[in-house]
Amino acid sequence: MITTAVQEREHYLNESYGIKSWLLTKDHKRIALLYLFTVTLFFFLGGAFATMIRIELLTPRGNFVSNDTYNKLFTMHGVAMIFFFLIPSIPATLGNFFLPMMIGARDLAFPRINLLSWYLLVIGGLFALFAMLAGGVDTGWTFYTPYSTTYSNSWVIATALGIFVAGFSSILTGLNFIVTVHRMRAPGMTWSRLPLFVWSNYATALIQVLGTPVLAVTIILLFCERVFHIGIFDPALGGDPVLFQHLFWFYSHPAVYIMVLPAMGVISELVSVFSRKRVFGYHFVAYASMAIAVLGFLVWGHHLFVATQSVYAGLVFSFLSYFVAVPSAIKVFNWTATLYKGSISFATPMLYAFGFIGLFTIGGLTGLFLAALGFDVHVTDTYFVVAHFHYIMVGGTIMAYMGGLHYWWPKITGRMYPEGWAKLSALVVFLGFNLTFFPQFILGYMGMPRRYHVYPDEFQVLHVLSTAGASVLAVGYLMPMIYFVWSLKYGAIAPANPWGASGLEWKTQSPPPLHNFDETPVVTEEAYDYSTVIGEEVQIG
Amino acid sequence: MSNDVHQHIDSARTYVLVFLALICLTVATTAVAFVDLGPFSVVVALVIACCKMLLVALFFMHVRHSTRLTRLVVLGGLLWLGILLLLTLGDVMTRGWVGVPGR
Amino acid sequence: MASEMQLPAHEESLALREQFDTAAQQKDASTLGMWIFLITEIMFFGGLFLAYTVYRSMYPGVFAVASTSINVYWGAANTVVLLTSSLTMVLAVRAAQLGQKRLIVLFLILTLILGGVFLGVKAKEWYDKYEEHHIPGPAFHLEGLNPDNVVSQGHAQLFFSLYFAMTGLHAFHMVIGAGLLLYLIFEARKGRYTAEYNTPVDLIGLYWHFVDIIWIFLFPLLYLIDRHLGK
Repeated sequence: MITTAVQEREHYLNESYGIKSWLLTKDHKRIALLYLFTVTLFFFLGGAFATMIRIELLTPRGNFVSNDTYNKLFTMHGVAMIFFFLIPSIPATLGNFFLPMMIGARDLAFPRINLLSWYLLVIGGLFALFAMLAGGVDTGWTFYTPYSTTYSNSWVIATALGIFVAGFSSILTGLNFIVTVHRMRAPGMTWSRLPLFVWSNYATALIQVLGTPVLAVTIILLFCERVFHIGIFDPALGGDPVLFQHLFWFYSHPAVYIMVLPAMGVISELVSVFSRKRVFGYHFVAYASMAIAVLGFLVWGHHLFVATQSVYAGLVFSFLSYFVAVPSAIKVFNWTATLYKGSISFATPMLYAFGFIGLFTIGGLTGLFLAALGFDVHVTDTYFVVAHFHYIMVGGTIMAYMGGLHYWWPKITGRMYPEGWAKLSALVVFLGFNLTFFPQFILGYMGMPRRYHVYPDEFQVLHVLSTAGASVLAVGYLMPMIYFVWSLKYGAIAPANPWGASGLEWKTQSPPPLHNFDETPVVTEEAYDYSTVIGEEVQIG
Repeated sequence: MSNDVHQHIDSARTYVLVFLALICLTVATTAVAFVDLGPFSVVVALVIACCKMLLVALFFMHVRHSTRLTRLVVLGGLLWLGILLLLTLGDVMTRGWVGVPGR
Repeated sequence: MASEMQLPAHEESLALREQFDTAAQQKDASTLGMWIFLITEIMFFGGLFLAYTVYRSMYPGVFAVASTSINVYWGAANTVVLLTSSLTMVLAVRAAQLGQKRLIVLFLILTLILGGVFLGVKAKEWYDKYEEHHIPGPAFHLEGLNPDNVVSQGHAQLFFSLYFAMTGLHAFHMVIGAGLLLYLIFEARKGRYTAEYNTPVDLIGLYWHFVDIIWIFLFPLLYLIDRHLGK
């Protein structure tokens, strides 16, 4: 056990003890850790469902579970992962912890609302968990009508209620972040000096406040339809089931940008630090985040191409969907240009960043395939779509999340993680991921429908490969759980700035003091200015 | 940081005048509803409603004294509602415009 | 760097919480926060407005008949009541800006009373709908439809579902507003709001006016569809 000879400093983790000091905290850093704990639980819950899905898909017949059960497995996998892990993940953990620090503030604008946001996520999660344990919900995470309103005999309302409550968690976080960035920046911290992680979380927050309320009202309508049969989505009364899809996807498409924008923000930070170079085209990257937030609201109809949406609307949405790829591509080009002639180090966070850039690019390009009306007709609702979004969500967002966790772990905990094991897990994750999801592109192209557990024999080889990959991926995710916890007690003590990074969060202690800075910083330099940084050497393996 | 919002205290008279305008517009919209304007009925009704909204927002909600950011926020909200309505109606109202081959 | 327990930057008070540097910053931030909340409400109600727009465009004739069956005079009167409550609310805010404690309390109480009147009239209107069998469900029947068949009755039910959903959601927001007003009245009576610190009155005023604006749109959209065709 490594002990420190220095008398232990006071910081945010040891300034008070006891369960009340955590459950009633107003400190954004503690709230970030509360979120970290919660979203990690839901990640493993969603992973458990994924495991059951992949085991079932090893064989072409429905051997292990019934049709109804299988429907519940993929539904609950989606609900857990999307609403209770991916949406909150980066903003509510890393964003909560570092957004105030990066702008030189003592906390968010509304600390108690921040705590309320966490409680809302937990309450929503408990509703969803109850639904899962009581028998599950089988409508797909998309809750399409009329199945969800009229025919499903599963726990639709409990789940929808959980999502409804969690939605308010998301809205309040977004509101908090927007006000914080506008009104709490330290002297000298102009918009053009903001780290790109802040820009990304700001753009994300805009989506959260503008999109999530529509999901909320959609769930209310779903509830009314299911309980009171008001007919709003029921053709028998003149209602239109496709109206549900419009309302649902108006939120759920921008939601995918809620899930990926903060990840892109992390990547901007990592690529810069580990090439020791300013992000190339800083303003382009910043504005691209805003463009993604705005354009992301104009493309939802691409989920309705085969849903009796009018052909004209299909044309418009297809065209706009191509547009939204442009700012994402701009970011990828700028990250790549940042690497050029940079002084690159291959620390674990950088490995995850590289993984992100490659895998997100593949995911994004396949999104363009799907945006083409003609092609979409053939591959919609197949594993091609499943592979596409998993490349972005897992190959993209989760990789960035892991990269960010590793990068900021020393600051959050005051400890270094073990670099050797971390590099190994990054590699395992990368290999496992590709083995899991690349075969799914082929499966989808060949016609394997999504949400089916019975399939033609000739698809079995690819499914077996995919399941094998999933087991490797699972190992890759379990390893950090183990060594992160290990590091809390046995990890090397982290200095204030182990990576030699720029940014206000690195100018304060690890772990930070309660109010982040001993004095309010005054900012005089641009973001990513490495000429003024003194990094403290920690042995990076 | 601009503190104009608290410095600008409108007179009670201003508020009462705005209120009276709102009442007149309410009477007007109710009366006009009984007149056959064909497809323009809904246009007139919405125009009057927008005028009332503007009066409440600008005067009662102090938007006319507010910061640029506040106005941007309000405009953004209305624009986003517009996106929701326009693009969905873009589907609903054009169904059946183009025949489907084979039907 | 060893340091003693880090003290907050300044004494915390209602007008100047720990995380802010100046009272003006706090007020600006709180106001911005409330405005952002209001635009989330725009999008929240927006979903219902979308459903209304879609179905009115699909079934204009049925919607007109259904709309004319609602008593326009109660609706117009209620609109006047709500607008008056907006006046009293903004006068309360003004009184708070001027630090006139008794006027703050007076105008807040008037606003609350008017809000209560609105809700009472709403309850009466809903009861009327119940009596006329206009509540969607097995007992639903709307007179005056042409053609009058199962299909058109279904469309008429859609109108009333939207009517109850939209006025119901609006009423729910009014009830919350009434609760907030009660809180303000209690605090104002204690002298909590002065010219230096009156943000809660200001912000709840914004909320109240927003709920009023929603009604400004609900009234013509629900009550005034092609009235010239009506009885």
